Amino acid sequence: MKSIPVSTTVNGDAVDFVCAPGETLLDALRNRLSLTGAKEGCGTGDCGACSVTLNGRLVCSCLVLAAEAEGAEVGTVEGMADHDKLHVLQQSFLDHAALQCGICTPGILVASKALLEENPEPTDEEVRYWLAGNLCRCTGYDKIVRAVQDAAAKMRSA
Amino acid sequence: MRYATPKTAAEAASLLMEDAARVLAGGTDLLVQMKSGRLAPETIVDIKHLPGLRDITREDGGFRIGAAVSGAEMGEHTDLVAAWPGVVEGVNLIGSTQVQGRATMAGNLCNGSPAADGVPAQIAAGAVARLEGPEGTRDVPVAEIPTGPGKTSLKRGEFVTSIFLPARPERSGDAYLRFIPRTEMDIAVAGAAVNLVLGADGTVAEARVALGAVAPTAMEVPEAGAALTGSKLEDPAIEAMVDAVRAACKPIDDKRGTVEFRTHVAGVLAKRAARIAFARAGGQA
Ligand SMILES: Cc1cc2nc3c(=O)[nH]c(=O)nc-3n(C[C@H](O)[C@H](O)[C@H](O)COP(=O)(O)OP(=O)(O)OC[C@H]3O[C@@H](n4cnc5c(N)ncnc54)[C@H](O)[C@@H]3O)c2cc1C
Ligand code: FES
Ligand code: FES
Repeated sequence: MKSIPVSTTVNGDAVDFVCAPGETLLDALRNRLSLTGAKEGCGTGDCGACSVTLNGRLVCSCLVLAAEAEGAEVGTVEGMADHDKLHVLQQSFLDHAALQCGICTPGILVASKALLEENPEPTDEEVRYWLAGNLCRCTGYDKIVRAVQDAAAKMRSA
Repeated sequence: MRYATPKTAAEAASLLMEDAARVLAGGTDLLVQMKSGRLAPETIVDIKHLPGLRDITREDGGFRIGAAVSGAEMGEHTDLVAAWPGVVEGVNLIGSTQVQGRATMAGNLCNGSPAADGVPAQIAAGAVARLEGPEGTRDVPVAEIPTGPGKTSLKRGEFVTSIFLPARPERSGDAYLRFIPRTEMDIAVAGAAVNLVLGADGTVAEARVALGAVAPTAMEVPEAGAALTGSKLEDPAIEAMVDAVRAACKPIDDKRGTVEFRTHVAGVLAKRAARIAFARAGGQA
């Protein structure tokens, strides 16, 4: 098995790593770059805990090969806060208690950010459909939808 | 294992001649199958760097959709959605937002699932796949690509580079509907696509009906299309179409749907899809 050198950009920083051909982007982020925000819930595209953006598109990093990140721009939950200042969505999730165990939260934050960039004023239904690929076994989703809507309102008036 | 990013179609075709070589498009089927151990490719041939494969281009009044175009990109293409709303809605039903960011219509076709949501509307549209292989280029109707669960008619070394959706006459419309037990993220228990062209008098001049998840492959039901031709979807025409659809169903029986249920639902979906396609074509009952 040949190792593959990969040069990519993660959260705006140029990054180089070496990976195995069949290795997923999720494993490379977590094990090679120590970016453990993205989680493995299922490894099969069903739960969304591994959500990241790849060239601006929301994807499951468990269904992307690490080698595919060559020359690409990857965005993870670690890139959301501005140093000590949380992103509006992150603060809103805390304010609304939109998490319990938190394993789904990084993926839901990344997915919600991608939603609001595309649609700053979504309906509740649009939020639910957009997040249909992000499973949460704790919150019952209601608080998540409220946290996203509150953040959306704050971002619109900012 | 090896990961390759060929820059020409010829290079891709020669890589695909190797043992246990596999095309990688969006990876939303391939990586799941590798993870489960169902597939253990030696060479992964990523086709996303081939020229033109990420483009949607106008051609002869129709659309050529590159094999690396994602579902999300199709959904954002206003002219494509206006011309072929049924094809796009079929592809856009695949998975979640995350899956849409990667999944391709060609991958949906080549994966060979009988329940693939992107395939019935392509068949109803008369879509044609362009293949590249060791012996050059050939065009094959999409309907002839899947041959059974997980199987296609592609020869060794061949892969799909694009799928062509023909020009739309005036007064035409298509639609795709599926039944799943949830509202999102599930495999179709039955699916139906209808593509209609109306004549100047508002009756159906041409009709194609295709089904998914009720036979070993997605398939066209010519008798169902014929039943609609000449009508304005009056009840007898609809009933004849539904009968033809149900007669063509040869579904599996499993915990997600019995034979009887899948057969019944296929008829209901075809009826509803026909009404949507008719309205989209500007038809008035
Ligand atoms: C969570 C989840 C939900 C899903 N939901 C649905 C659903 O609702 N409906 C549905 O139909 N599917 C669903 N799928 C399956 C999958 O997303 C689709 O079939 C998708 O369209 C596959 O496209 P891809 O580009 O990701 O294919 P890949 O995974 O890249 O490839 C699929 C197969 O086709 C081959 N292949 C790909 N492109 C070509 C080509 N151009 N030429 C020759 N061979 C090729 C590959 O070698 C592989 O065997 C789901 C998958 C996941 C993970
Ligand atoms: S770990 Fe990727 S979707 Fe669940
Ligand atoms: S907070 Fe536990 S899964 Fe969502």
